[in-house]
Amino acid sequence: MSSKTIFLEKVDAIVDSVGNAQSNLIAILQHIQAEYNYLPEDAIIRIGVKMGISPATVYGVATFYSQFSLDPKGKYQIKCCDGTACHVRGSMPTLNALKAKLELKDGKFTTEDGLFSVETVSCLGACGLAPVIVINDKVYPKITPEAVKIIIDTLIKEDRGE
Amino acid sequence: MSDNNKKTLFVEGKEVEFTDEKNLLEVIRKAGFQVPTLCYRPDLTSFGACRMCIVEIEGRGIQSSCTMPPEPGLKIRINTDTVRRIRKMVLELLLANHNRECSTCSRSHNCELQKLANLYEVNEIRFPGKKRLEELDDTNPSIVRDPNKCILCGACVRACAERQGLSILSFAGRGSKTIVTPALKKHLAEVDCVNCGQCVAVCPVGALTIKSDIEKARALLNDKTKTVVCQIAPAVRVAAGEEFGLAPGENVIGKLVAALRIMGFDKVYDTNFSADLTIMEEGTEIIRRLEKNERLPLFTSCCPAWVKYVETQHPELIEHLSTARSPQAMFGSLVKDIAVNRDGIKRENFKIISFMPCTAKKAECQREEFSVDGERDVDVVLTTQELIKMLKGSGINLKDLEPETPDLPFGSYSGAGTIFGASGGVAEAALRTVYEFTTGKTLENVDIKETRGLSTSKELTVDLNGTKVKVVVVNTLKEAEKMLRKVIDKTADFQILEVMACPGGCISGGGQPISCNEPGKVEKRAKGLYDEDSSLPIRKSHENPEIKAIYKEWLEKPGSEKAHKLLHTVYIDRFENCYKNLK
Repeated sequence: MSSKTIFLEKVDAIVDSVGNAQSNLIAILQHIQAEYNYLPEDAIIRIGVKMGISPATVYGVATFYSQFSLDPKGKYQIKCCDGTACHVRGSMPTLNALKAKLELKDGKFTTEDGLFSVETVSCLGACGLAPVIVINDKVYPKITPEAVKIIIDTLIKEDRGE
Repeated sequence: MSDNNKKTLFVEGKEVEFTDEKNLLEVIRKAGFQVPTLCYRPDLTSFGACRMCIVEIEGRGIQSSCTMPPEPGLKIRINTDTVRRIRKMVLELLLANHNRECSTCSRSHNCELQKLANLYEVNEIRFPGKKRLEELDDTNPSIVRDPNKCILCGACVRACAERQGLSILSFAGRGSKTIVTPALKKHLAEVDCVNCGQCVAVCPVGALTIKSDIEKARALLNDKTKTVVCQIAPAVRVAAGEEFGLAPGENVIGKLVAALRIMGFDKVYDTNFSADLTIMEEGTEIIRRLEKNERLPLFTSCCPAWVKYVETQHPELIEHLSTARSPQAMFGSLVKDIAVNRDGIKRENFKIISFMPCTAKKAECQREEFSVDGERDVDVVLTTQELIKMLKGSGINLKDLEPETPDLPFGSYSGAGTIFGASGGVAEAALRTVYEFTTGKTLENVDIKETRGLSTSKELTVDLNGTKVKVVVVNTLKEAEKMLRKVIDKTADFQILEVMACPGGCISGGGQPISCNEPGKVEKRAKGLYDEDSSLPIRKSHENPEIKAIYKEWLEKPGSEKAHKLLHTVYIDRFENCYKNLK
């Protein structure tokens, strides 16, 4: 069985498990994203065909909600809070330092090697710890541009098993 | 109904009665007032996107009239200072993001946004705006999509979903990044678009336009080494006059013939001729299938959008499609075959240009099946809109011309050929011939009224020599899909299914002059066709003398081997190459 066949069967199985009523579309997209970290293009088309919805409509829903990503996310998903409290306490310099460190330019948010992805979110509800970033559910409080660089270097080492 | 039950409201102080109008806009229009709109299309869901149709209602403030249901006693003002100020501001905002290259836009002078900007005196745009910088998509053979001119009114999204059930175009993204696009921002040529052009027909601006082939046609006409002939489709003759100040629905075939002779065509023929030919072939096929009780129900195959729909969405049903080519395609193959094999003209020096109400015909003529040695049967397809533009661009005023008659033999037609342009026409034309062929009796009353009219679904049962044959006529692909479901579920109780993809048939084709806000126009075009039919001495395809002659001289008999080679086709399972096929 080719990897593509396995992939499509998995998408089919997810659609079947949630149920292919139109109202389930968002739940299905969430399941797919949980499985692959993003929404692969073939999955969007397949969901449409399987549910009897036009793939353009599925694409419309997938691009409307910021929770969905059509680009692969990194192994380490960095959420950089830009809520009011974090913003006034300097989340932007942190984000810029992060992007510079990871060499993310021109709207790209995942590194070439697929190790890191960076996104901004609006308030993580930890305003007392501002500015905050969250990496794969681990919270890093009171972050600074210098701290960001150290964290990234640590994670790279961790990934190499050092 | 007693006066107590009468429901009224007030527009600008005038008491206006209303009954079942679905929104205030309809009531206001019925009362003879005009409210501007960019996104409202009477047969599509009200969307309230453009905010042009806002009105001021006493005690309710500002409301968009297209989304508000009428209520008794409402006091509506349609032109207050506030209303005008808001409309003007909205126009300014729309224009701030709009690619305002009006002078080079094909919708210039015919653009609803441009017209309103002028009416509301938007002389300067105070906002810098943010222009989209999306790629212009001209990959589709019929439709050009320019997202940078899109005002996000959603008319195309609704037309594709609600008329055709396809939803090829959809909104994607959010807020200022919203865009109308096919799935995954693919090109229109890479998705299942059937090229019907209904999105073009409802677009208020130049975001969706017909792909122009006028230059190609002019180049052929200017090439003195080429013999160039043309065919004019039925629905073109009742729409082309509109843009020259003639009444909607007025039949201008004679004037068109005169105009095209001035343009330099060597011969001006009529697609109605090959519509008659279609009836001979398809009629014979219907009779054969009914006798053998095989591949029923038979689907008509004149509409290229419908054919592509079956090939891409339901390839398992392609055997139901009549193998008869569409009238345009039959004309191309037959006339070229005769020119080459009888008259000895080199194929590359004999060119055919079609004038069609249809954008999908542009795609049809590019099908590989409809060419010989790489030379297409029909070389260029121009829509009614392009025909009008070409004539105007050549300084020809259709209105002033004396009518002339088309050239023979391929300009000879019966009334049955003419009504192909309206939904139900193909079925009616076929029944006139099939009835006489099967019963051997003369059909005295040729008017088959049951299949006429703009309703999306019509049916009729006829008795053919003791066999009851049920004919279902639908227009719009959404309606066709319902019938296909019956075929798939094996609950279909009909033997013949006529489908035209555009609402009401070719008369409201994607290539016709835009009429989406004037529904009455389409009815008048239909009337123009039926009037021509009843005015003609010959109203049955098989009685057209030139059809008889062409069989005698060239095609032997309907359904012969030669007729099959020239006038029939095979259909291809296009799901194989479809973007939805992920294997």
